[in-house]
Amino acid sequence: MDLFEYQGKQFFSEYGLPVSAGEITFTVEEAVDAAQRLGTPVMVKAQVHTGGRGKAGGVKYAATIEDVREHASNIFGLDIKDHVVKRIWIEKASDIEEEYYASFTLDRSAKKHLGMLSAEGGVEIETVAEENPEAIAKVWIDPTSGLTTELVQNWVQSANLPAQAVEGTVRILLDLYQSYVKGDADLVEINPLILTSDGDVHVLDAKVTLDGNSIFRHPEYAEFDKTQTRDERETAAHDRGLQYVGLDGTVGVIANGAGLAMATVDVVNQVGGAAANFLDIGGGANAEVMAGALEVINNDPEVKSIFINIFGGITRGEEVANGIIEALQNVDIEAPIVIRLDGTNADEGRSILHPHLSETLLMAPTMLEAAQQAVDLARKENDK
Amino acid sequence: MSIFVDENTKVIYQGLTGSQGRYYGLLNRDYGTKVVAGTNPKKAGEDVEGIPIYANIKEAVAATGATASCIFIPAAGVQSAVMEAAEGGIEFIVAITEGVPAHDEAYFYNHLQNEFPHVQLLGPNCPGIISPGKCNIGITAGHIAKPGGPVGIVSRSGTLTYQALYELKEKGIGCTTCVGIGGDPVPGTSFIDCLKAFEEDPETQAIMMIGEIGGSAEEEAAEFIANNMTKPVSAYVAGVTAPPGKKMGHAGAIVSGGKGTAQAKMDALKAANVRVGLNPTEAGEHMVDIIADLTNG
Repeated sequence: MDLFEYQGKQFFSEYGLPVSAGEITFTVEEAVDAAQRLGTPVMVKAQVHTGGRGKAGGVKYAATIEDVREHASNIFGLDIKDHVVKRIWIEKASDIEEEYYASFTLDRSAKKHLGMLSAEGGVEIETVAEENPEAIAKVWIDPTSGLTTELVQNWVQSANLPAQAVEGTVRILLDLYQSYVKGDADLVEINPLILTSDGDVHVLDAKVTLDGNSIFRHPEYAEFDKTQTRDERETAAHDRGLQYVGLDGTVGVIANGAGLAMATVDVVNQVGGAAANFLDIGGGANAEVMAGALEVINNDPEVKSIFINIFGGITRGEEVANGIIEALQNVDIEAPIVIRLDGTNADEGRSILHPHLSETLLMAPTMLEAAQQAVDLARKENDK
Repeated sequence: MSIFVDENTKVIYQGLTGSQGRYYGLLNRDYGTKVVAGTNPKKAGEDVEGIPIYANIKEAVAATGATASCIFIPAAGVQSAVMEAAEGGIEFIVAITEGVPAHDEAYFYNHLQNEFPHVQLLGPNCPGIISPGKCNIGITAGHIAKPGGPVGIVSRSGTLTYQALYELKEKGIGCTTCVGIGGDPVPGTSFIDCLKAFEEDPETQAIMMIGEIGGSAEEEAAEFIANNMTKPVSAYVAGVTAPPGKKMGHAGAIVSGGKGTAQAKMDALKAANVRVGLNPTEAGEHMVDIIADLTNG
């Protein structure tokens, strides 16, 4: 789950991290009112789940209320890498002396937590990593012992921050680590972490990704789930509890198992088509789940054909076939369907499907053949 | 031979009294797995179709001599179940449960490394392990695998593994052991752990590897293969067309910051002389060719 900057700052402040006072706004008038309450100068910041806001003109300094009105008018509705700005965060402006970078994430390869700190903040960390890797001080943390005071002090020392920033940075890193672990975050990133002209170390931006699997111990994260960026199709699938990712093609894909669903999308592309989505209906293939999946795909106007790819393991072919037939009776599908059914009792399953086959309900013995048929059908539908 | 588990492996099911645990525990027993006990502190003294329930792992181990356990506990309880198994004397822990928080996984992985280095954890979020004809721990349909070898399989994906087992069986090729390492960010058992064991197993003559996008486990495996493996390997990597920044079903299947792409993984594997298929069928065909070469050669 990706948080907006303002949500990330609320999250950080719960762990004692110093963030600027601010308000989230949804209209120009709200932005102006917020700035009046906070007192100018303020920053006017687009809230989107993507980077590069500054370059796109989504972050502006406003010295006066009139500036706030002008910037907010320009930023609302702005398209930043396909993300349209619907929220603006107004916050008290800070005096920036220097900009640093700090983050924690999981190093999957080392299977330890990785802390990164750099005296070169305010730019993308990937750029620093490429152009000047020694400017990033790294520390690997064993989750069972955590970030100790000794570890953090040595780490900050190796980052070559100015002496006046050291104490504040140490304190912030300890709190940031707490937010990362106790908050079950995949990523916590402050870029920039700033030294103000008063000599304070302060959090100026917040990028936080939370682990959706941890929601059982953070029920309040349900609020963040509601503000995820999803297209209409993804929302419909999410509401039905389906694992779905929207893509740009014309062949709707339904498969059981994440690996098989990924492979199905790949195969559709290999035979010259393009998948409209990734959709994993999980291990079994009962009628209810299948019907939900078909509904989601049916509502996608780009879909010209559907490829159902099921491998029966413990769920037998007959059950899968009956599930598909039942689902088709309950959902009115417009696009032609190609089914590939394999695995346990595949022959029995296929003979159940056989009498239902038609010009719009086809069956193919292998993944490749089924993909080819689905792609051909999508093309034909498109040419109509 | 087989790796990690065989016909003598005695297994305790943590969560045998739950619906999933009971269903698969009994299926595994029907397959021939020595399912010797279940645990549940509230149901000690009872049984599930003749399988005795003990209050905890320690008592179950003392009574049965089991060395393996299989976890069918909801995600919130997996961390304590893994710790209990290790502390109770279990040496091979299979965690089937999906949806375990990554911080829990990182914690108990390192806890085992530090305190119980001899303990092998498989999963979480995996289909389990099957040594066909001998032992099946987890949710794989046993009958789709042909016993005997000579192929060992290691995979991050469940259904693609079943697909591979099934296709090999259709072609008359058996499997020594099939390990589903799972699709989470911190898997207890890695590709390398399995490749190492297969390289040492005399009955395994070739290995099929099924990877997917996210992380760098396939690249690390490629390096291991280039430096340490004498046996031939075929591979498939799912997710060539996956968009960046999206989790493709599995928590660990995500391309982030340009890292973890299927193309980079396939390139690394090819450079290590692995025969890489562009789809699961092609990887299976490569394996058929490899077996034919071994038989003729």
